Amino acid sequence: MTTILDPTDEREPVGRQRSRRPEQISGTVGLLDISKPRGNVLLDRLEELIHERLPEVEVRRYTKPTFTKPAPDELLRKMAGEVDFVIEGLAD
Amino acid sequence: MASLPAFSLRDQSAGERSFPSGRPALLAFIKEDCPTCGTSMPLIEGAHRAFGDGVDVWAVGQEAKGNAALVERYGLTLPMLDDSELGVSFRYDLDTVPTVLLAGADGEELRRFVGFGRDDWRSLYSQLGELSGAAAPAVEWGAYPESEPGCGARNVEPGIAERLEAIAEGSPLLARRIEIGSADDPDEFMFDQGFSDGLPVVAPTPERVLRMLGGTRRDAQEVVAIVPPNMAPATIEKIAINSVLAGCRPEYLPVVIASLEAACTDTFNAHGVWATTMGASPAMIVNGPIRDRIGMNSGLGAIGQGNRANATIGRALRLVLRNVGGARPGGTERSTLGSPAKFTFTFAEWEERSPWTPLHVDRGYAAEQSVVTLFPAVPGPLISMDQTSRSAEPLAGSLAMSLQAMMHPKSGGRDTLLIVTPEHVDTLWRDGWTKERLAERLWELTHRPLRELIQDERSGVGRPLEEFGPDGPTEEQLNELIPKFDSPQRLHIVVAGSEAGKITAIFPGWGSLVESRVIEDVV
Repeated sequence: MTTILDPTDEREPVGRQRSRRPEQISGTVGLLDISKPRGNVLLDRLEELIHERLPEVEVRRYTKPTFTKPAPDELLRKMAGEVDFVIEGLAD
Repeated sequence: MASLPAFSLRDQSAGERSFPSGRPALLAFIKEDCPTCGTSMPLIEGAHRAFGDGVDVWAVGQEAKGNAALVERYGLTLPMLDDSELGVSFRYDLDTVPTVLLAGADGEELRRFVGFGRDDWRSLYSQLGELSGAAAPAVEWGAYPESEPGCGARNVEPGIAERLEAIAEGSPLLARRIEIGSADDPDEFMFDQGFSDGLPVVAPTPERVLRMLGGTRRDAQEVVAIVPPNMAPATIEKIAINSVLAGCRPEYLPVVIASLEAACTDTFNAHGVWATTMGASPAMIVNGPIRDRIGMNSGLGAIGQGNRANATIGRALRLVLRNVGGARPGGTERSTLGSPAKFTFTFAEWEERSPWTPLHVDRGYAAEQSVVTLFPAVPGPLISMDQTSRSAEPLAGSLAMSLQAMMHPKSGGRDTLLIVTPEHVDTLWRDGWTKERLAERLWELTHRPLRELIQDERSGVGRPLEEFGPDGPTEEQLNELIPKFDSPQRLHIVVAGSEAGKITAIFPGWGSLVESRVIEDVV
């Protein structure tokens, strides 16, 4: 983690550049359960729907050890290497 | 019972209120965009009206505009104290609003609750009745919800909390901290944020910025200039951050600061210089003892690459304009072509190699002062090459011919910068020419008869014929000599460059004026 001081006049929030949104879903979709209660229920249903509507898309499941902390680097790297899309269940 | 921290804040009529005041006090910390604060407001105001004779009932608002909105919305008569700087909220260690505190006459804490609780307020009203001796007013308690959770206090919002902590610790670093995730590349991140002019920048970590601030004695929070186009205040800290980005060493910082002071003036008009389609960019000329102290180049390649001070000082000024002022190409920076000088353009005058007075002395400063002068240059340079004149007069003639062509042979010239290199200096000085004599002679030689300066079929530039009435100019008028420069003082002459090469570099100016500032002497 590097901390830097903002060189601007701070009138704008710090922006993160979003990656370009692809036109179509293809390849592999990762479903990330952050370990909040019943997140798995939502993701199970999403997985069903993806299989139904996008049969050529592969689905992989991932789980964060705890929702209270950022995902471990190792998990982030693994996901970044394995999937083209991520859907994350964020709340209870 | 623990005593609450003392404070003084201004209320909505700009009256100063100090706590403790010698009377019991009810302090309600609130912010306007919190619905639970809205629920509580009628009870806070009600407490003031019912018990105000015996107890100070004060709202402490966390945001200036929001405070005014609350006063308006709830018709508040109680003192609404302005804690928009959040210093009191920080010292009270708030994390939730509303936070309601009851204090005794000496500031001791009697009671505290956060959020909204009907029972809390009911029992608070009884206690206020006892403290003040006033009868509790009739309140329709059933109209209030039983409880509502509070909202996050502003002083713990990300970005603000760290700033308040830094103030409390006496740290000079108050700029927003940006954490770059460990999976991100900091260099790429800074490009993505638009902090860079297109070249790599150095990450302004707190450690580096602190080191940079060591280059000046001035207070880190002193506002040095209001930077166009966004008219944003530039503190020494912000200048230091951008100087780190640019790659400066701490000892360069005073030059960057002085440059910004000179740039953000009516006379130099940085806004116009950055915005013009002409691609103007400040030529920054450094004079005086600081040149050697920070290792600036005034000799071979003085306006080229290869010297850290020359390269990074000019870049730092431009990054302050870009990042603090918001001047960006395509935004208010609208130069048609731009120019390499938009990256940087700083050099030192080779005073020791010049027989003439240095630029800063011409401009009224003492020789032993260090001064930076900003010239609104439209690059260039136009190189005037004369390898064959062996005396001052024909050399001046050559330079005048080049000057005449500057911008356009038919157009007038504004302030103009001439960098005369040593071999040309020697040719002029052998004949005893002073700088003043050179400027005077160039001014004379760049006169042209009106005949050559009117719009015609060869070139549409020039004075329009209509200017001279229906019959056009008379023969006498056509022969009249017109100066290119309105006075010799328009020609600013400095000496730099290597010992070899018979050239003089000419930079036309843009429509703003040359500006100088003394550089802080840190030694």
